[in-house]
Amino acid sequence: MPPGIPLFPDGASTMAPRVDALYLFLVALSAFFSIIIFTAVIVFAVRFRRRSEGERPPAILGSLALELVWTLVPLGIVAVIFVWSTELFFSMHRVPPEAMEVYVVGKRWMWKAQHLTGQREINELHVPVGVPVRLLLTSEDVIHSFFVPAFRVKKDALPGRYSILWFEATRPGKYHLFCAEYCGTKHSAMIGTVTVMEPAAFQAWLSGGAAGQSLASAGEKLFQDLGCATCHRPDTLARGPNLEGLFGNPVRLADGGAITADESYIRESIVTPSAKVVAGFQPIMPTYQGLVAEEGLMQLVAYVRSLQRPAVAGGPPTGTSVQGAPAGPGASPGPAPPGQERP
Amino acid sequence: MSDVNTAIDAARLRRARLNYLNVSYGVKSWLLTIDHKRIALLYLASVSIMFAVGGAFAVAIRLELVTPPGDLVQSETYNKLFTMHGVVMVFFFLIPAIPAVLGNFLIPLMIGARDLAFPRINLLSWYLYILGSAFGVYSIVNGGVDTGWTFYVPYSTLYSNSNVVTTGIAAFIIRFSSILTGLNFIVTIHKMRAPGLTWFRLPLFVWAHYATSIIMVLGTPVIAVTLLSVIVERTLHLGLFDPALGGDPVLFQHLFWFYSHPAVYIMILPAMGVISELVTAMARKRIFGYGVVAMSSMGIAIVGFLVWGHHMFVSGQSTYAGMIFSALSFIVAIPSAIKVFNWTATLYKGSVSMQTPMLYAMGFIGLFTIGGLTGLFLAAMGLDVHVHDTYFVVAHFHYIMVGGTIMGYLGGLHFWWPKMTGRMYPEWWARVAAAVVFIGFNLTFFPQFVLGYLGMPRRYHAYVDEFQVLNVMSSAGASILGFGYLLPAIYLIWSMRYGPVAVANPWGAKGLEWQTPSPPPPENFPVQPVVVEEAYDYAPEKGVVVV
Repeated sequence: MPPGIPLFPDGASTMAPRVDALYLFLVALSAFFSIIIFTAVIVFAVRFRRRSEGERPPAILGSLALELVWTLVPLGIVAVIFVWSTELFFSMHRVPPEAMEVYVVGKRWMWKAQHLTGQREINELHVPVGVPVRLLLTSEDVIHSFFVPAFRVKKDALPGRYSILWFEATRPGKYHLFCAEYCGTKHSAMIGTVTVMEPAAFQAWLSGGAAGQSLASAGEKLFQDLGCATCHRPDTLARGPNLEGLFGNPVRLADGGAITADESYIRESIVTPSAKVVAGFQPIMPTYQGLVAEEGLMQLVAYVRSLQRPAVAGGPPTGTSVQGAPAGPGASPGPAPPGQERP
Repeated sequence: MSDVNTAIDAARLRRARLNYLNVSYGVKSWLLTIDHKRIALLYLASVSIMFAVGGAFAVAIRLELVTPPGDLVQSETYNKLFTMHGVVMVFFFLIPAIPAVLGNFLIPLMIGARDLAFPRINLLSWYLYILGSAFGVYSIVNGGVDTGWTFYVPYSTLYSNSNVVTTGIAAFIIRFSSILTGLNFIVTIHKMRAPGLTWFRLPLFVWAHYATSIIMVLGTPVIAVTLLSVIVERTLHLGLFDPALGGDPVLFQHLFWFYSHPAVYIMILPAMGVISELVTAMARKRIFGYGVVAMSSMGIAIVGFLVWGHHMFVSGQSTYAGMIFSALSFIVAIPSAIKVFNWTATLYKGSVSMQTPMLYAMGFIGLFTIGGLTGLFLAAMGLDVHVHDTYFVVAHFHYIMVGGTIMGYLGGLHFWWPKMTGRMYPEWWARVAAAVVFIGFNLTFFPQFVLGYLGMPRRYHAYVDEFQVLNVMSSAGASILGFGYLLPAIYLIWSMRYGPVAVANPWGAKGLEWQTPSPPPPENFPVQPVVVEEAYDYAPEKGVVVV
């Protein structure tokens, strides 16, 4: 092909070279088999062309040996591809525990991101280079899909549930962000930019501008305003489970089961409290479905995440704004996120 | 005395010249016909019209994509264009095309039967097709639908302001047309084979349609119910798929793809059956590995039911479920590969004629090989994450659907045209058209693989500037492809009146359909044929098995 025709996308994440390697392997494999088939078809068609109308070539019924060869060889090849690609896929789902968190909501037709420090962006996402970033994705309306071609990652953002995508950028620069799941009229305008910055520049970006309150303190305010604290409290008057130190730990449920308290569990417990009632409590909590927007729910999640069990005996924990503010890009309040999403 | 003999001879001669086309005249004789051959022609006319409609949408899409900004039509219009292109092409053309036209015409002829098992149900299928199409056309002229042919919820149930319900009804009705056709084929193939025509003497075209019919009968009810549930959810807010009501949008995707992936095999298996017939007749050779080719159709039909989750690797489906779907998707590729190898081997030491049907068969093998191999990219989970919902997927399924199914359909149409109409098509024009289609197709869709890996998402009305060169190439190819499709439309219609009169067996082909006059008499065979040989028994001596 002449120069000027782009053939290969930018690669700017740790995943990109791994995906490209598999892609190039498959391209080579496809080219190899295509050339074999094309050559055979053309050579046979020319070499054995009909020379007279009366020709009656002898029949060849088949060959077990050949059938076995062209069954087992492809089977072996696809087995290799399967193992290779599945391993790659699983590593796309193994989030490094030190990953930096960003909460992202898709909404027709924009991407809204909230950093734990409180910065909010629309159709932009600023991340530092060399730091794993874990995105918690959801949608306010229809299904969207968060797609950064240069990172070779994509994940659907679904209404009513959280999904997780992570990447680690390797090169500063600006990269396309696309919505890949058709979402209506302005689907092709639901695009943005991911800006990868040197860590120092990212720190400067974080501290510049109007950050306002951190995500956890925004969540704490919601927690108070919605009256959650009336029941969810550490003392004996509590009618709901104490949320301190809850995040990332197992919860015993009334039906005898157990679940790890991750973001999805906390979200579900706010919008559908009766779905998983904690052992020892009555299903008395009303639903908050429709009362809190997805971004607010994420703030509440960030707040619950930030609630540590008090280290020393004493008064109940006062404000949490200190705990909610991360020290740096790598910092993650609360315990490490569960390593794998919905295995 | 001699007068009487002359009169009897004349009557016999008249009867001999009677065929299914001239046995009766008038609109009523066509619209109320229960002759499978006439119903096949009714389908030919209707699917051709729908193909033209779907093609017109494609023209508008490719015109819009010549430039990066969305400047030719509004976003809403563009979304309706690609939706209706998909709906019309998949539901109203690709699924019925080969089974309802070629299958209808040929299955009774190939098995030496007088008609399908249920001729009246066969006519009912066509009327259901027409009723469904009427709803489809109504939805289009009433403003169209913009959900994508996949009808993903909650967009289709809660957000779209377009004609989702009438389009859903259209697709719902037309599904019953498929179900009845499949049922008819299964019963016919089981019960109406000529004496001596055992299962393993069946032409592979019949095997392919048998496998297809099984998918139609087992899979189609699921999509019918799924579309119905979208309609009910949209009108009555049932809460099946709406998370706010405790539903699950991913459930819809499971139900949709449970049918719609096997539907891909409904589209491609009959084309594979066509290719087996073309390759053997054009090479005058027994198919290489008859049993393997026949059983690979069944293998595809069965395993094809268990791979639907490969459409959902990034949807939030469990990673372990994804693993199973990925493995099965790789496995379903094997029988397709086996077919390609066997067709190629059939040419070896054959007597290959490069007439038009062979050109289409070669085109099919080439394009299907590329389409099939790029399917591996999508079955590979770690790679699919990047290319999912991009133009890579668009290119892949057009290589299968257009490069595979339509090449097979056109090849079959040329091959059996003399049998269907009693006239030959113009060979020179047909070869030119086959070459134009092949070139236009590759120029249209190959750049889309590259676009996809670059990251251009599908269903984009406007796109970023760096994707333009490849889009211009694709649109240029599409205009060549469109011209290539126009040619057969013209010369085939022309040949119905002016083409050279065809003999009973212009290809010197085996198969019962070539042993009756062209066009066949209304009852197909003057005397019941009896089969005494294997399929594709071209060689004078017994065949050999190579080791």
